[in-house]
Amino acid sequence: MSAQQFFFIVTAFVILFSAMMTVLSHKMMHSALWFVLALLGVAVIYALLEASFFAVVQVLVYVGAIAILIIFSVMLTRKAMEDTGSPVNKTWVLSLVIVLLTTVGGFLAFRTWGALKAFPADLLPVHYDIGELGLALVDPERFALPFEVTSILLLAALVGAIYIAFGRKEDNQ
Amino acid sequence: MIPLSWYLILSGLLFLIGLLAVLIRRNAIGILMGVELILNAANINLLAFWRYLYGYNGDLRGQVFVIVIFVVAAAEAAVGLAMIISAYRRKNTIVANDIDLLKG
Amino acid sequence: MTFIADPITFITHWLTQLMGGWGWSATLIQVLLNILGSGILVLGAMVFTTVLIWAERKLGARFQDRPGPNRVGPWGIFQTIADMLKIFTKEYITPVGADKIPYNLAPALAVAAVLCVWAVLPFSSTVFGTNIGIGLLFIIGVGGLGEIAIILAGFGSNNKYALLGAFRAVAQLVSYEVPMVIVLLIPVMLSGSMGMNDIVAAQSVPFIVLAPIAGVIFFITLIAENGRAPFDLVEADSELVAGYNIEYSGLKFGFFFVADFLHAFTSALIFSTVFLGGWQGPGVENAPILGFVYLLIKTLVVYFIMLTLRFSLPRFRIDQMMNLNWKILTPLALFAFMVTALVNKLLPAGNNLIRIGGLLAVNLLLWFITNWALSRFITNQPRPVVSGARPVAIGEKKTVVKEETSA
Repeated sequence: MSAQQFFFIVTAFVILFSAMMTVLSHKMMHSALWFVLALLGVAVIYALLEASFFAVVQVLVYVGAIAILIIFSVMLTRKAMEDTGSPVNKTWVLSLVIVLLTTVGGFLAFRTWGALKAFPADLLPVHYDIGELGLALVDPERFALPFEVTSILLLAALVGAIYIAFGRKEDNQ
Repeated sequence: MIPLSWYLILSGLLFLIGLLAVLIRRNAIGILMGVELILNAANINLLAFWRYLYGYNGDLRGQVFVIVIFVVAAAEAAVGLAMIISAYRRKNTIVANDIDLLKG
Repeated sequence: MTFIADPITFITHWLTQLMGGWGWSATLIQVLLNILGSGILVLGAMVFTTVLIWAERKLGARFQDRPGPNRVGPWGIFQTIADMLKIFTKEYITPVGADKIPYNLAPALAVAAVLCVWAVLPFSSTVFGTNIGIGLLFIIGVGGLGEIAIILAGFGSNNKYALLGAFRAVAQLVSYEVPMVIVLLIPVMLSGSMGMNDIVAAQSVPFIVLAPIAGVIFFITLIAENGRAPFDLVEADSELVAGYNIEYSGLKFGFFFVADFLHAFTSALIFSTVFLGGWQGPGVENAPILGFVYLLIKTLVVYFIMLTLRFSLPRFRIDQMMNLNWKILTPLALFAFMVTALVNKLLPAGNNLIRIGGLLAVNLLLWFITNWALSRFITNQPRPVVSGARPVAIGEKKTVVKEETSA
């Protein structure tokens, strides 16, 4: 087993363990911190896939913004969950059964997928230039439309979040 | 050296753990964290396929899809958290089951 | 390459040949040399911090018309070592109910987040940690790890005030990242790449001449990201107790202290690399070691300017700080970016006088327009007086009404 494979297995275990602890933690803050660790593990996976730009953007956007947002809102709503005990709701048995069945079914379907053998096990070398991605995003024949639509989505989300967070405050005054 | 199936298994398991978080957690923010885990699993899947199938001939579709998912996840987390905090201000609870004004 | 012109590459080659002579495989040699190099870099950074702390205290003292540390050694240069000995031997007091793992992880993560930046900075044309194509984005991303460290510190202390201090610090850091990222796009645009080596190599004319507004905005946001005065509202070390590192004592506090100073020096390094030309200077092609010297000189000048600002200006209030960021710096950064992009495309390429003059003129025009707009539209309105004047002592009626003075 080569060093890269060993590294991948360690990172995969870290990600899955942190994700499980996110689901099962009793305190909300611990859950948020395990979530941060899972996101950092995913950034390492992106770096293993030689998508370095996405690794850095994952740390910048997910860890540096979304995770901090989640931690902030956990802090703002701390009083609501301090004394109630269980982190899971009443239907946890049924949900666990469904997810386990899906896992088993997924594995069985995966093993019988013939096309899997067709993918090369060794990575062919890719010359990856970040400028190429930038050019593709603004080229009208390639990906300018998703880019522009995404920016409109961001604008809508920004305006919506400000209105939701702001408008109610004036109401309560 | 790392076969594609390993990445797919990892992303599948992460997706299922995220799904478990969405179904099980009482806290609304916990449900949101599950949704983010699901989106991350989809990202791993997309990037793995891009690298193994198209990476070496310059096709960038997988990457652009991943960028769109990044943006969607960020926007949805921001708006979702704003709504959760707004609901918390009204009803003083974030247990998702207790926000049931519209329940028949 | 001789020893004098380029000592580090010379030593690296010599070591490679030595270990190859012993029969070790090439990858093993490379891994060992990488580990050795990063160890020396980290050691150098930490040891240099002691000199920096002494310099800061001495300079700060002179600004405030007092001698500064002058007991321990000539001119007090061993003062930092004495402080280090004290901090090493102090007792660790862990507060009751503190979460062990976040509490102990936070100082290490804070220092690690700063040291990660040193891996991508080019110290000369041949001495750099690694040359990833996205070095600038890496530096910004690692700042996010520093914010997580602050949150861990605030949460792990089991102290309401530490938590509040941590959140205010993170709010400030996240807010000031926005103009920083926008402004950092301008050197990327002017040099055509996000890699630090390419940015330095493209600066035959330093970018501070081509984009002065970007330089000024970047400088301000760097000071704000460090949490230094005048943006040190969150630690306010003459008013509050200490913000998020209130419950730390001994070496853990020492780590936060080192992280603060190292971050300031690293910010000065980033500024000189991106805007002042890094290791460029006369005669650097023949003797790459000179690049190291030039970078050090430029960094020390920038650091001196940061210290001057620290010891001269009063600190901002939180609403003034947020005002400055969202109402002034972010729109200015966006305008500067759009204008630079336009002018950069319109003017002929290459480092000729037209391009330099054109970009400089556009920047100055933007500066004057901003000045006029600021003086016209943003006035310091007096804060409204919420309650009336304090009543004169009449008799049995006691009202405790404080008068709000206008800012």
